[in-house]
Amino acid sequence: MLAAVSSGWYLSLGAVLFAMGAAGLMVRRNPLVMFMCIELMLNAVNLTFVTFARRLDDVGGQVVVFFVLVVAAAEVVVGLGIIVSILRRSPAATADDASYLRG
Amino acid sequence: MVEVVVFAIAALVVLGGAAGVILQRNPVHAALSLVATLFGIAVLFVAQEANFLAAVQVIVYAGAIVVLFLFVIMLLGVDQADDLDAEPLVGQRPVAIALGVLIGAGMVLVVATSTVTGVPAASERWVRNGEDVAQIGRLLFTDHLFAFEITSLLLVIAVVGAVLLARTRPGPQVDAEEDVPVLPGEVVYEEEE
Repeated sequence: MLAAVSSGWYLSLGAVLFAMGAAGLMVRRNPLVMFMCIELMLNAVNLTFVTFARRLDDVGGQVVVFFVLVVAAAEVVVGLGIIVSILRRSPAATADDASYLRG
Repeated sequence: MVEVVVFAIAALVVLGGAAGVILQRNPVHAALSLVATLFGIAVLFVAQEANFLAAVQVIVYAGAIVVLFLFVIMLLGVDQADDLDAEPLVGQRPVAIALGVLIGAGMVLVVATSTVTGVPAASERWVRNGEDVAQIGRLLFTDHLFAFEITSLLLVIAVVGAVLLARTRPGPQVDAEEDVPVLPGEVVYEEEE
């Protein structure tokens, strides 16, 4: 059984990764890169769920990660569809140019 | 000892990849940094005995989602470097970095100063005999069946939405110079520059 690294380290790594994703989301203006930062945050949450699944001996945490993966896939499909239609219109668009929520 | 080394290397890869996503000017490089982060997370999943999720992580994230990102970047030809120095909103960047540091420091502090409580539900007890697929599947089709069915609905909606968003109007093929309608029945407004 591997138990050399306590779950606090994993949780801290997840916290730092989440903060980096959040900071990147606020700093970057390219919609594609902002989307990647959202993926970073989702992965930080997944890591936290798996850590708690191990810590509490509870498979439910892993099942939730499964759902997060599905929701992330659906979100990427729809989000990239929206980004494609924004960038087709103006290839240099940033998030500021898409602030009207209409075509 | 093994897990310490694995954790250290994987954590470095994860954080380095995350820094790459934030700092790379070219979206293609950012996407490749994202792959590094996702791989590191998968290694950490294996280190915590979530083998099935590690495989799914690599297949779905690195295999599908990042490829989707790269397809969009390549198809749209937006792989030129961003101007990271431009700051249209004055003071946005320092505030964002300060907020990020605050979020990270706060959460690490919470982790460091608190103890984990709670008792696992009896039905969701994780029996560690290597059969995590069977256990996840059993739980998915009993306790979480309703959420699982809703998930299928969500995927159908996502597919329909993607097809609707990507659809171009019937009629003559649009060329690169022409404005492409964003949505069927779209509202056209003047670009203010």
